[in-house]
Amino acid sequence: MAKTPLYDKHVEMGGKMVDFTGWDMPINYGSQLEEHHAVRQDAGMFDVSHMTVVDMKGDRVTEFLKKLLANNVDKIAGKPGKALYSCMLNETGGVIDDLITYYMNDGWFRTVVNAATREKDLAWIEKQAEAFEVAVSVRDDVAMIAVQGPNAREKAISVLGDAADAASQLGVFFAAEIGDKFVARTGYTGEDGFEIMLPAEQSADFWQALADAGVRPCGLGARDTLRLEAGMNLYGTDMDEDISPLEAALGWTISLDDGRDFIGRGPLEALKAEGVQRKMVGLVLEERGVLRGHQKVVCEAGEGETTSGTFSPTLSKAIAFARIPKAADESVQVEIRGKLLNAKVVKFPFVRNGKSCID
Amino acid sequence: MSNVPSDLKYTKSHEWVKDNGDGTVTVGITEHAQELLGDMVFVEVPEEGNEVSAGDDCAVVESVKAASDVYSPVSGEVTAGNEELADAPETINSDAFGNGWIFKIKLSDASELDGLMDAEAYTALVAEEA
Repeated sequence: MAKTPLYDKHVEMGGKMVDFTGWDMPINYGSQLEEHHAVRQDAGMFDVSHMTVVDMKGDRVTEFLKKLLANNVDKIAGKPGKALYSCMLNETGGVIDDLITYYMNDGWFRTVVNAATREKDLAWIEKQAEAFEVAVSVRDDVAMIAVQGPNAREKAISVLGDAADAASQLGVFFAAEIGDKFVARTGYTGEDGFEIMLPAEQSADFWQALADAGVRPCGLGARDTLRLEAGMNLYGTDMDEDISPLEAALGWTISLDDGRDFIGRGPLEALKAEGVQRKMVGLVLEERGVLRGHQKVVCEAGEGETTSGTFSPTLSKAIAFARIPKAADESVQVEIRGKLLNAKVVKFPFVRNGKSCID
Repeated sequence: MSNVPSDLKYTKSHEWVKDNGDGTVTVGITEHAQELLGDMVFVEVPEEGNEVSAGDDCAVVESVKAASDVYSPVSGEVTAGNEELADAPETINSDAFGNGWIFKIKLSDASELDGLMDAEAYTALVAEEA
């Protein structure tokens, strides 16, 4: 199994290691719930070095990304460090992956893709890049640590040394290359914080310094409950190559009005014209129980299915994402172990910046 | 290695059984089992009066990670489910062998107890699975 540069630190700090798509990663360090609360109330950190950092360079890189991505990089072009969330679609309009892209300069964009989709993403990107003479390089020399929570920036800044000043000035959804680090004010938890890339050989010491500054090590378990509360999709669970982003609550990331000929545009337009039949919504269970992925959802307008679900530690209620008929109204039922339990359709996020967003 | 009290009996599916000496037993999941499952967030206990056979799934414990069935180690009638767990499922994490008990059963065949593992055998099982 693959190991990140922080593997020894995880074991030393009591991480329970599990196989996460071929990576030996900590699921928690004792209590997933306490780790979740640490991020909502204070500061927690995640090793996300298993994710793939890809640099794309070339004179025509902007043009290339306008073809490759469903969102339009013109929104970030010319704004150094600005990040953009986008889907990368296949020819039939299904989602190959979702990713974050940073504009560095006119000849350089950096993107971060999922660990589980690394090989197919790289093959696809390289194939498309050829025609644009864009050089694609994978940055396996860097580790990545996400520091998240209301006190995350302050605590991270306290150990960033020479990079502290520049990091403290970053706006939301902006990043900067500062010395040998790359610091981004982004994340996957619904809290403020940084995602910090740094040379792999420095990562263990930096992780320790963050821990000494009071940042709690958190496993992938808490990362999942946090992203669900924050209303953020997980690739492979909430959408995949057979699902249109229009049925995965990602319509807001599709930039159709600009007339760009991006990959997957045709099928999206066709689907829009004929009418999207399903929608992805948030569910809150109104009875006792826990929502999980792949539970049947019964609506007056027909049936649907949860895509991912969990017990929300912040709300003390079960929450889920579900794909249900477009015409479904607010009251639905979810089948759990043969019983139909009442649930309410809500808009996500469920939680943002530590606060409940639902009634 | 987690705690395995010597006065209890055990199953392969990680339940513990306490012989109350009055024809009833108390059942819960072991400390090892709760460690594997992680933070508990929901427990469904059986209703009083339910008839169960050894091996029936008759309760559900759900952690942040996953749902897991709890099987009855013996046959008989459920005399109580631990209602306290509805509001405090985490009791199973903090006190698996005590206040974290899940249900009680009036034995229909006391000899079934002889087929359960003792602490030594259960300790060996846990070591083997690790």
